[in-house]
Amino acid sequence: MVDVVYFAWVRERIGVPKETLETNAQTVAELVEDLKAREERYALAFADISALRVAVDQELSAFDAPLAGVREVAFFPPMTGG
Amino acid sequence: MSVRVQSEPFDPGKELSQFSRLVSGAGAIVTFTGVVRDEDGTLDHMMIEHYPAMTGPAIEAIEKDAIGRWNLSASLVIHRYGALSPGDQIMMVATASRHRAHAFAAAEFLMDYLKSRAPFWKKEFTADGASWVTARDEDEDALKRW
Repeated sequence: MVDVVYFAWVRERIGVPKETLETNAQTVAELVEDLKAREERYALAFADISALRVAVDQELSAFDAPLAGVREVAFFPPMTGG
Repeated sequence: MSVRVQSEPFDPGKELSQFSRLVSGAGAIVTFTGVVRDEDGTLDHMMIEHYPAMTGPAIEAIEKDAIGRWNLSASLVIHRYGALSPGDQIMMVATASRHRAHAFAAAEFLMDYLKSRAPFWKKEFTADGASWVTARDEDEDALKRW
């Protein structure tokens, strides 16, 4: 079980801010593929992975990051602070 | 080193006075205040979303990095989220050092990193509708100079 959170337009496209998922994915990239296969809204949100960033347990990570022991994965567009 | 993430407005003058009192021996204080642009009168308001569990730690890590690079006696970052109107203060950075070069450089560094590495997202609302602000390549490029 892993908590998955979404922000900005990723949240809007997927339709929920947070969900807890059962997945066999070993990496973030595998989790993305798992989600894309589930429903159209995920396929749309993850269509262009280069437009997305990911944080694993609140730290910016790469898409090949492993999921073992991870509690929370967050997907969002590039940040626009400041 | 201090970080505040809040929806409430803040008074940059008051913040500067308080910060100055804390660092009376510093010699140089630099502040930057970010203000919501009106985009030639087209912007009605903006909504800033953030990732509460990550925002504080991410900004603290950026501040720690700045303290490791420059000789700072103190630093302050305030960043707002929620609904903001043109003219509202979005954020403020203050740095204090014995020398102005360090205070200026650290403030610029903090600004550059807050733009692209602090988990905030801005959505602009105009008469034509709403749209997410997209990150600019120049903002990402700005990190390379550090």
